Amino acid sequence: MATRNPTAPLTGERIEQSELRKKPRVGETVIQGFLFLCGAISILTTIGIVYELGKEAWLFFGKEGVSLLAFFTGTEWQPAIGNFGIWPLVLATLMTSLVAMVVALPVGLATAVYLSEYASDRARNTLKPILEVLAGIPTVVYGYFALTFMTPLLRSILGDNVVQIFNTASAGIVVGILIIPLVSSMSEDALHAVPNSLREAAFGLGATKLETSLKVVVPSALSGITAAFVVAISRAVGETMVVAIAAGAGPKNFIIGEDGLFSFILNPFVAAETMTGHIVRISGGDLSYDSIDYNSIFAIGLLLFLMTLALNIVSRRFVARFREVYE
Amino acid sequence: MNKNGEIAIEAREMDVYYAHFRAVKGINIKFPTRKITALIGPSGCGKSTVLRSFNRMNDLVLVARVQGEVLYRGNNIYGKDVDPVEIRRRIGMVFQKPNPFAKSIYENVAWGARINGYKGNMDELVESSLRQAALWDEVKDKLSQSGYSLSGGQQQRLCIARTIAVKPEIILMDEPTSALDPVATLRIEELIQELKQNYTIIIVTHNMQQAARASDYTAFFNMDEDRAGYLVEYNATNMLFTNPQNEMTEQYITGRFG
Amino acid sequence: MAVQQLETGYPEAEALQRQISQRHRRGLRWRWLFQLSTIVGIVALLALLYNILNQSFGLVAVQNTVDPRVLLEGAKTAVLPGADTAETLADLPKETLVAILAEHISTGLGRRLERDQRFFADQFAFEDPALFAEVCAGAEPPAGCTLEPRDQNNVYELLLERVVAPDVVQSWSLVDSVFRRGAIEEQLRTDYPTAVLEFRSWITADFIVSPQSSTPEFAGVRTAILGSLWVVVITIVFSFPVGVGAAIYLEEYATDNRLNRLIQTNISNLAGVPSIIYGMLGLAIFVRAMETFTSGAALGVITDDTTANGRTILSAGLTLGLLILPLIIINAQEAIRAVPRSLRQAGFALGATQWQTIWHHVLPSAMPGILTGTILAISRAIGETAPLVVVGASTFITLDPSGPFSKFTTLPIQIYQWTARPQAEFRNIAAAAIVVLLILLLSLNATAVVMRNRYATKTA
Repeated sequence: MATRNPTAPLTGERIEQSELRKKPRVGETVIQGFLFLCGAISILTTIGIVYELGKEAWLFFGKEGVSLLAFFTGTEWQPAIGNFGIWPLVLATLMTSLVAMVVALPVGLATAVYLSEYASDRARNTLKPILEVLAGIPTVVYGYFALTFMTPLLRSILGDNVVQIFNTASAGIVVGILIIPLVSSMSEDALHAVPNSLREAAFGLGATKLETSLKVVVPSALSGITAAFVVAISRAVGETMVVAIAAGAGPKNFIIGEDGLFSFILNPFVAAETMTGHIVRISGGDLSYDSIDYNSIFAIGLLLFLMTLALNIVSRRFVARFREVYE
Repeated sequence: MNKNGEIAIEAREMDVYYAHFRAVKGINIKFPTRKITALIGPSGCGKSTVLRSFNRMNDLVLVARVQGEVLYRGNNIYGKDVDPVEIRRRIGMVFQKPNPFAKSIYENVAWGARINGYKGNMDELVESSLRQAALWDEVKDKLSQSGYSLSGGQQQRLCIARTIAVKPEIILMDEPTSALDPVATLRIEELIQELKQNYTIIIVTHNMQQAARASDYTAFFNMDEDRAGYLVEYNATNMLFTNPQNEMTEQYITGRFG
Repeated sequence: MAVQQLETGYPEAEALQRQISQRHRRGLRWRWLFQLSTIVGIVALLALLYNILNQSFGLVAVQNTVDPRVLLEGAKTAVLPGADTAETLADLPKETLVAILAEHISTGLGRRLERDQRFFADQFAFEDPALFAEVCAGAEPPAGCTLEPRDQNNVYELLLERVVAPDVVQSWSLVDSVFRRGAIEEQLRTDYPTAVLEFRSWITADFIVSPQSSTPEFAGVRTAILGSLWVVVITIVFSFPVGVGAAIYLEEYATDNRLNRLIQTNISNLAGVPSIIYGMLGLAIFVRAMETFTSGAALGVITDDTTANGRTILSAGLTLGLLILPLIIINAQEAIRAVPRSLRQAGFALGATQWQTIWHHVLPSAMPGILTGTILAISRAIGETAPLVVVGASTFITLDPSGPFSKFTTLPIQIYQWTARPQAEFRNIAAAAIVVLLILLLSLNATAVVMRNRYATKTA
C-alpha cells in the first residue's frame, strides 16, 4: 500500500452510520422557526386589519338606526342626527381620484413613452432621479402645496366666486402630481420589457418613431400599463393628507333632485370631504371608544380597504398577464 | 478495478428527477480511491447532475429528487438519517466558475475549517492548504487581500485550497477549468495530478483532451431519446480512448457528435 | 426609356414625399408633447420648492406692545441706576431692568417668575420671603429654590418677552417682499403706523431648538424632531430584523407550497394598503387592545399621568413598523436574490449549514442592497402623517418626549397642524418645518444613493 499522507483519512472501510447521522442542530431549528415567524407576521397583519375593521364595522351596523341599506344608499352623512349615508364621502373620493387620474395618466404615460422610447441616456439619468425625488416627498408637504399654491392659483384663474378655499379640484390635481412618478415608472418598466425585435420589425416596415411607439410598443405593453393605471387609482383613492388639508372639512351632503348634478353634486370647485379625509378629521379629535363615531370610521375604513384591495388584485392580474407574454 | 480494490464511492441504480423529468437513469458506477475519474459526454447528458448527486448538492434544487443508492463507506448517503452537511464536509466540490467568498484570501481558506470546528493551528492549515493548491508562493504576502483581487486561475486554485482545508476524502470537480485561459488550465491540471496522491477526484469535463491527458478512468455518458442521461461506457482512460467497446463512445471520442 | 410605372396602390413620387413628411411632422409634434409631459414633473417640483421657500422667508411687520425707547426714557426720568449712560435697554444693569419689569407686570406673574428662578440671591423682587421659604419646604419645591439667580441677559430677555412683547402683525412672502416692497411700506404706514418692517427668515436656530408654542414667533420644532426620531427608532428596531428575517425565510428556506405563496402574495397586497388603514389597525391593536403594554403600565413606567392611554411613541413606532414592513421585505428579497448562487454552493460544499452560509456569505453580500431599501422605507416612515393622526399623535405638547411611553408629536404632524391654522404666520412656520423635514429626508436619501453607488462599483 502506498505511503499515506497523514492528513488524508483512511478510505474504504465501513464507517458507523452514526457518524453520518443528522446531528440535532437546535440553533438552526430555532433560527428557522424565528424566520418563519417573521414571514408569518405579514399574515397576522392582514388578519388584524380584516378582523379589527370587520369587528368595528359589525358593531357599527348593529347600532340602532344604522342599516346596511341606508349606508349604501344614503346621500347624507350627519352622525349627529343619525344619518349614515356613505355617498357624500365616496363621491368626494371619486371626484378627487378622477381629477388626479386626468392629470396623472396622460402625463405619466407620456413621460414613460418619452423616457423609454425617445430620451437619451443622459436625459434619462437626469429625469428619473427628479421623478424619484417627487415620489419621495411626504404627502403632507403636497397638502401644504395644494392649499397654499394650487388653490390660490385656481382661484386667480377661475375667480374667487367659482373656486372655494377648500375644493376637490385643487386636491385632485396635486394628488395627480404626486402619483405621476408611480404611473411613469411602472409604465416605463412595461414599455422596457417589450422586446426590441418588435420595434425593429415596425421600423423595418417603414414606420416612424411615433408610429412604432404608439402603434406597436404601447399596445404590446398595454396590460402592464393598465396595471400601472389601476395601481394609480388605488393610490389616489387611499391618499389622505392632501385631501384632508385641501379638499374640505365636512361631508358634502346632497339631496338628489334638489341639488344640481353638475352645479353642486359633481362640482369639483366646492369643498367636499373624502372617506380618508373624514377618518383623519374624526380620529384627530377627541374620540371615545365604543362611540358611534369610532365605529363609523372603521366601517368607512373597511370599505376603503376593500376598494383598494380589489384594485390591487386587478392590477396584479394585469401584471401577471403581461409577464406571461414577455418573460 | 483498483489494485487495492478500494472504492471511494459507488452509485447503484441511481435515477435523478427534476420534478417529473428524469434527468439521469440507472447509473451504476464505482469510483476507485485516490484516482482521477473523468465524466465526459455531450451537453445535457446529465454528467453534472450525476456529480452533484455524490455530495447531495442536488438537495439545493427544490424539485430535484434522487432514487437508488449512493454508497459511501458502506452507507447510503441518501439514507433517512444522513446529514447532508456531514456528507459535504467529507466530499468537497469545486465549481465551474471560480467562486471565492467576498472575504480575504486567508479567510477564504480558514472559513470552512472554522465552521467545521477545526481546533488546530489555523495559520498552519491555511499555509499547507495553499501550498497543496500550489498557490502559496503567489499569495503569501497578500493573505489579507480580497479573494477577488486574484486572477481567474488563482481564484480557482484558491477554491481548491479552500476545499482541501476541510480535509475531505473525495473532491468533486465540475468543469473546473472551463472558465480559465489555457495557461491557467495547465496549472490546474498539474495540480489535480498532485492532489490524487491524497484524494479521490471525480471531474466533469467538456474537454476530451483533458480527460485523456489527466484522468485514470473515464466514464462516458449519453442521453436517450427522452433526454435522460445514462452511463454508456466506463473503463481505464487509455482503454476507453484507444479501444472503445461501444460504437457511440467511439463516435464521440472521434468528434463525430457532441 | 421610360420606366414603366406599376400600379402599387401606394402613393408615389410627390404624393409619397408629402405623405412621409406629414408623418414626420406629426412625429415631431408628438415628441414635443412627450417632452412637455416629462417637464410637468420638473415644473411641479420647482413650484413646490418655490412655494415653500417663498413662505419660509419674507418681510414681517413687527409691532411692540410697549416701545423700548419709552421704557428707557422712563428709566432716565426716574433716575434709575445706570440709566443716564445707557443707549439701549440692553445696556441697563440688572437692578434697573428688574425695576422696570416690576413696574409693568402684575405681582402674581412676578412671583411665578421668581419661583421659576430668583432675580437676586439676597433679596426678593416680588415674593414674600416667608411664603417662599414655606413653598420651598413643601413637597414639590419649585426650581427657583435651588437655581442660581437670573443674570442681566436673562432679565433683559424676560423684559422683551413680557413687556416689550413684539408681535408679528402681518407677514409677506419672499417674492412680495422683494418686488412689492414699496406697496408693503405704504400699506404698513396706513394699517400699523407704529410697526417696524423687518426681513425675517422663519428658519432659525431658535426655530429648531424651541419647543412648541401657541404664538408662531416663539414656536419651534424641537419636540417634533425629537418625537420623529424616537418614533423612527422604534420603527427600525421592530421592522428591520423582522423584515430581513421574513425576506431570508422567503428567499432561502421557503419551499414552493401554498402557505409560502400565500405569504408572498399577502406581502404584495399589504404594500398596496393605504397608510391610513395601518393607522386604524394601530389604533385598534396597539393603542386600544394592548393599552397596558404600550402605555407602559405593564412595566410600571408611566412617564406622566396623561400618557397612560396607549397613544405613545411605542404604538406609533410599531404602527409605522407594520406599514413599512412590506417595503423592507420586498427590497431585502431583491437584494438577497441578487446574491449569486455560486456563493451559496461554495458554502454548502465546504460542509456549512444553511444558516452558516446565509449569515457568513449571503447576508454580507446582500447588506448594501438591504440597507438601501431600508433607508428608503425609513424615509417613507418619517414622512408619514395620516396613520399617526389616527393613532393619536398629540397636537400640542411642549415637553420633550422622554422614552417609548411618552406622548409625542412628529414633524409631519406639526406641519399638518400648522397648515390647518388660519393665521398666515402659522403657514410661515409650517413652510419652515417643511424645509427642516425635506433636509432631513434629503440627507437620508443621499446616504442611500451613496450606498447604492458604492455597492454598484464593488460588484461591477
